[in-house]
Amino acid sequence: MPDGAPATIEVDIIINGKAQTFRVDPAEVALDTLRDAGLASVKRGCDEGDCGSCSILVDGQLMRACLLYTGQLHGREITTVEGLGTARQPHPIQRAFVEAGAVQCGYCTPGMVLATSALLDSCPSPTDEQIRQGLDGNLCRCTGYVKIVDAVRQAAAELRSGRDRSGGDR
Amino acid sequence: MSKSKLWNVVGTSVHKVDGAALAAGAPLFVDDELPRDLLFAAVKWSPHAHARITSMDTSRAEAMDGVHVVLTYKNVPRVMRTTAGQGHPEPSPYDFTTLDSKVRHVGDRVAAVAAETPALARAAVEAIEVEYELLEPVLEIRSALEKGAPVIHDELDAAMPIVAPYEPGRNLAAHVAVAVGDPPAALSKAHQRVTAEYECHYAQHCPMEPHIAVAAPDGYGRLIIRTSTQVPFHVRRIVAQACQIPVRDIRVIKPRIGGGFGAKQEVLIEDLVALLALRSGRPVKLEYTRAEEFTSARTRHPAVVTVDLGLSAEGDVEGMDMKVLLNTGAYGSHALTVGCNCGSKVLPLYKCDHVGFALDSVYTNLPVGGAYRGYGATQAAFAMECAMDEAAAKLGMDPVELRQRNTIGPGDSSPIFKALGEGTEGVEQAIGSCGLAECIARGAQAMDWSAKRQRRDEGRLRRGVGMCTLMQGSSIPEVDLGAASIKLNEDGSFNLLVGATDLGTGSDTVMAQIAAEVLGVTPDRILVLSSDTDVTPFDVGAYASSTTYLSGMAAKKAAAGARRQILEVAARLLDVPAGDLSLAEGMVKGGPRPLSLADVALSSLYAEHQHQVQSVASHVTQKSPPPFSAHFAEVEVDTATGMVRVLKYVAAVDCGTAINPLLAEGQVEGAVLNGIGYALTEEYLFDRRGKMRNPTFKHYKVLCTADLPELVTILVPSYEATGPFGAKSVSEIGINGPLPAINNAIFHATGARLRRSPFTPERVLAALE
Ligand code: FES
Ligand code: FES
Repeated sequence: MPDGAPATIEVDIIINGKAQTFRVDPAEVALDTLRDAGLASVKRGCDEGDCGSCSILVDGQLMRACLLYTGQLHGREITTVEGLGTARQPHPIQRAFVEAGAVQCGYCTPGMVLATSALLDSCPSPTDEQIRQGLDGNLCRCTGYVKIVDAVRQAAAELRSGRDRSGGDR
Repeated sequence: MSKSKLWNVVGTSVHKVDGAALAAGAPLFVDDELPRDLLFAAVKWSPHAHARITSMDTSRAEAMDGVHVVLTYKNVPRVMRTTAGQGHPEPSPYDFTTLDSKVRHVGDRVAAVAAETPALARAAVEAIEVEYELLEPVLEIRSALEKGAPVIHDELDAAMPIVAPYEPGRNLAAHVAVAVGDPPAALSKAHQRVTAEYECHYAQHCPMEPHIAVAAPDGYGRLIIRTSTQVPFHVRRIVAQACQIPVRDIRVIKPRIGGGFGAKQEVLIEDLVALLALRSGRPVKLEYTRAEEFTSARTRHPAVVTVDLGLSAEGDVEGMDMKVLLNTGAYGSHALTVGCNCGSKVLPLYKCDHVGFALDSVYTNLPVGGAYRGYGATQAAFAMECAMDEAAAKLGMDPVELRQRNTIGPGDSSPIFKALGEGTEGVEQAIGSCGLAECIARGAQAMDWSAKRQRRDEGRLRRGVGMCTLMQGSSIPEVDLGAASIKLNEDGSFNLLVGATDLGTGSDTVMAQIAAEVLGVTPDRILVLSSDTDVTPFDVGAYASSTTYLSGMAAKKAAAGARRQILEVAARLLDVPAGDLSLAEGMVKGGPRPLSLADVALSSLYAEHQHQVQSVASHVTQKSPPPFSAHFAEVEVDTATGMVRVLKYVAAVDCGTAINPLLAEGQVEGAVLNGIGYALTEEYLFDRRGKMRNPTFKHYKVLCTADLPELVTILVPSYEATGPFGAKSVSEIGINGPLPAINNAIFHATGARLRRSPFTPERVLAALE
């Protein structure tokens, strides 16, 4: 290692159920690590914690990858939308976003979907007001949010009925 | 609603073709698929509003290990051009070159580097030493034309590529003056006169994906540019111009785009990645930070618009005059055309024989204006629709009634259509479809206008309602070209290749629906590709509200060509006249036995009369049919704090046939909320030296879910005979309403009339005094 170069650290993260180890500069930001690891859904919208495009779930909690050092994720379990579903087999929240017309450019969508997931985890039957409060850290410039709120409402209903049938996520 | 029954796919809210992949976070954007051996670019920006570079030392940067290229004005070709992504020749002044020895705004380009890592590129930029001779800046729109004002474009090679007034020596980037009839006489004779000045402010598009481009040499000596753009074909042409290389040496690919709104109708960074890749022989990426997006991308041109109206006692508009002073910032990108649109997309809304319009677009040492959803109509509708509200108040008329009395209708024309085009003369047209009367009626009902208009609050919190009417256009007539090609595959699916640029709006889906309707298949059988300059036919790109109306017609014609060929093959196979056959449900109907499109494809590809069923079509329009809209806002004003809250907002819009109603509503809602943010919170704050003080989302407030009022969208169907299945445009018009509708509502609530946007608590309080 050349003189003066910072020592790297080893970080173990469980990403979407898979254990991974990263060797990074201690100053490396999680958004960069995750994007470099091929998690394209974690988007860079501002790099300053203001837009929510880089949202991830850390042990189920909604966080912004651009505000976290990679080292802070050591030993944590993180979820991105890649871990929820795929285009052919979407998670009910992803499906609701498509059906409600809540996806325009789609750049904010992964973050919105995760924010929805976090919201519905703690509040399975949100009022519109709770939806608006729950998603207010995620910016979308395309939709005007109307259809995003519709999608969350629809996803909540679907997840509830899924639970009622105790069939999980179909 | 009966209209939609005419069609199987058109008029139906099918799911967006790319929706599921986007919701799954698939790697579809520029930054998601990067080439190996990538270098990272960084740009050195001017800290000064107006200065001449007296010395520049790049030796320290160049000596850094891992720094590959440093570009300055000394080593790039000086080619005067515009960054405006418009057709050739662009109606914008050629006042820009890749790198210059003069800087004209804070955030102007000084130098660019490519290095092994982003951090190294930034360090190299810091290591470039520059000395400046500071020049006095022009920081006020009204002082730009004053005698003795500093000249911003004093270079001798700035010029206008089309015939149009251009006087950089006095900071005049564009000038237009037209009159039909005798406006001064009509105005002076009028019973009631309203003269009003309104000023609107700088704003940024704020696409969630900032500008990003990657240029990579391909091994054959060509350059592949993957870029987040609305105008891939203009990028190819303008990069060729900037780098002085042939168009054939460039391929531009537009993958999924994270929003544009006009910001990406600008060839803003592709020239730099192209030059850096050519010099280094390596792929190079440049991605704007959010702060750069504010200071060094493009903005909405601020404007001071003066409207002079003359009305009869009964409320007929008898004369109109509009004067626009447009601030184009440091460069004249879209300075002429945004200015012209102030008149051409606003004045024809009212029937009137005596109309005057004048434009001065001026240079200042402030951020550069550009194309922004609404494109001039936003700025001018603010003034016009508030002036109409003032006229209604003076006449003691309901603003709704004043609109009903004067707005243009089916069969009407306006002399302005001919008098005012894209910097040159326009194209005469009579209005075909017009659902404005219904927009007004249904919007008023949804707002409960009559009842709420009676209300007069006296306390601290005061509610009021305001409205406005709007029009826009659909494509640039006799200028814009859209083209599409389509081919049949073995399984009865089709590849539809369009130059039209889906930037998140859903136009790929709309194109698929149009083709599917013609070919009697479900939209999932249409595989849309947009856009790749090596692969797809030409299209001007996504701007001027043209995609559905113009490119949609090209897709429809191409599909009709394929249909004809399919029926010919089928006629041979079935031994019946082609005229007896039709296409529906993926089958050829009307023959003696069932025949699928796959049967047709297999026969034509492998058996008899072998050929590829394939068709290509172009479309140019003779008209630019306006969509129409009526907006109604209900606000609550806190007279103690000046805080304005929008409680409810109704937008009723006539976009002809909504090919996909859900997507059309989404366009309206997105535009309206952006407009409400522009009216209330979004604002550039400058320091005394022309530097933006708030280039972050923390301090430049874009509305979020918590700010969402009750938003009602009403699609009022009409049928535009010249559009595909009766469609016209929808994407821009919605952003023009909130400034006037909210301002008029504030007036109704409080009696105070704001003349400057945005309507922040400070300005509202000042107006209340
Ligand atoms: S990129 Fe992390 S919040 Fe914007
Ligand atoms: S869909 Fe484009 S930012 Fe939300």
